[in-house]
Amino acid sequence: MTQLPQSTDRKMGLVIDLDTCVGCHACVISCKGWNTENYGAPLSDQDAYGGNPSGTFLNRVHSYEVQPAEGHAQLIHFPKSCLHCEDAPCVTVCPTGASYKRVEDGIVLVNESDCIGCGLCAWSCPYGARELDQAEGVMKKCTLCVDRIYNENLPEVDRVPSCVRTCPAGARHFGDLGDPDSDVSKLVADRGGVDLMPEMGTKPVNKYLPPRPKDTVEDQIDILAPLLAPVAEEPKGFLSWLDKTLEKL
Amino acid sequence: MHPAPSVIIFTTLSGLGFGLLVFLGLGFPAVSGWMAFAFFAIAYALAVGGLMASTFHLGHPERAWKAFIQWKTSWLSREGWCAVLALIIMGLYAIGLVFLDQNWSLLGWIGALFSLATVFTTSMIYTQLKTIPRWNMNLTPAMFLSFSLAGGALLAGQTSVAIPLLLISALVQMLYWRKGDQAFACSGTDLGTATGLGVRGSVRAFEPPHTGTNYLLREFVHVVGRKHAEKLRVISFVLAFVLPVLLLVLPFNHFFALLAVASHLAGVATSRWLFFAQAEHVVGLYYGKR
Repeated sequence: MTQLPQSTDRKMGLVIDLDTCVGCHACVISCKGWNTENYGAPLSDQDAYGGNPSGTFLNRVHSYEVQPAEGHAQLIHFPKSCLHCEDAPCVTVCPTGASYKRVEDGIVLVNESDCIGCGLCAWSCPYGARELDQAEGVMKKCTLCVDRIYNENLPEVDRVPSCVRTCPAGARHFGDLGDPDSDVSKLVADRGGVDLMPEMGTKPVNKYLPPRPKDTVEDQIDILAPLLAPVAEEPKGFLSWLDKTLEKL
Repeated sequence: MHPAPSVIIFTTLSGLGFGLLVFLGLGFPAVSGWMAFAFFAIAYALAVGGLMASTFHLGHPERAWKAFIQWKTSWLSREGWCAVLALIIMGLYAIGLVFLDQNWSLLGWIGALFSLATVFTTSMIYTQLKTIPRWNMNLTPAMFLSFSLAGGALLAGQTSVAIPLLLISALVQMLYWRKGDQAFACSGTDLGTATGLGVRGSVRAFEPPHTGTNYLLREFVHVVGRKHAEKLRVISFVLAFVLPVLLLVLPFNHFFALLAVASHLAGVATSRWLFFAQAEHVVGLYYGKR
């Protein structure tokens, strides 16, 4: 049903630490690897080994440069996948009911056998979290690895989304963001986690932890610094003459 | 947005076809017999032809019937219902006029209402999208409705109504362009809010996630033809409104009337191409393309 549930029992989602992410794209690869051979249609590639390769991905890593008003620019790697919004516009626009949000855990899924591939849900998503598979003609999106997290055939340590399990930097965390006492909720509270495009009113469940402030270099590096102060503040001799002469020209 | 021919053909032709059905339903012109048949045939060819074209962009057209299920939340579903109801009701009304020499005017009025509702629901599919600020305005339904009615009046040969409706459409079109050009900037969404990093400084896209292209870039980050947008606006405006009004003001002549319709159709199609091609989806921000 494309009517959103009033509330969900749990709000399962991801917390992504922009301070820790090293931009290795391992989460992208493991996501594609797991999801191309499990839930739903495979994630197809077109012209994979040719001159213009393109394919379906559920998770992509961007990189941004942030230039503060003062100080050095900072490079921030930015993984992005479905944010499993509480007020998900992709669900309500769906004409067939293929797109839905689960009451039990808040995961937004696509029932591929009902999807007509109209693309309207992708149009309504501000985050670019949905991609229409070019081979299958149905909408693909992050399932939060719904086929891993409850899978009792897997060792317990593996019952998290593939991207979380893979991340070598520990920049991705998975849990119930509806429970204020969960580890992920505490992490978000501690680090001041933020929503992406809050003005869109989508109420994303996934949160992003902003990078921690960088250390600042103080004026005096160490106690020997005064002894190493530059001796020649102004040019002297020939350089001084050259400077003055050039100034006059 | 990628200006897919299927949606441009659909919104242009169906808009015109349902516009004509509105006037036929209200009894302008009051036709019967074979004359009515000809008018209804044109209206149905445009409306149904457009609807058929709209299914071409679907990944699974064979499942299109499932789109009727979610009318409670989905404007696309509501559009499907309105279109089917309008076509059935107007079909019955047409049977009365063409074959039975009966004018069931109440049926005509209801059919006209559903025809108008179809155009409105089509426009709401675009208007509802907060992700595309240029579409997320009250002027979008105003534009679809005024175009549809003006085109319908033109096709129905209602000159005295067509001229004011064309002038209203021209005004709405100008306002739409004027307000639309500022919509993205006024939406308050930028790379800063998109990444949540705006509070720290100015954000610049440094490296895209892939060296190649992808579905999102092809569908939402269309930039081809933008440089000709101003010229195309002038062309579309002249063809859709200026020329038809001039032709209608001249003494009536069947050739001029046909020319007015053809010119209007070409102008509206150009305007619709711009409607899609110039629409900026906020996801482009993530790719540094806004």
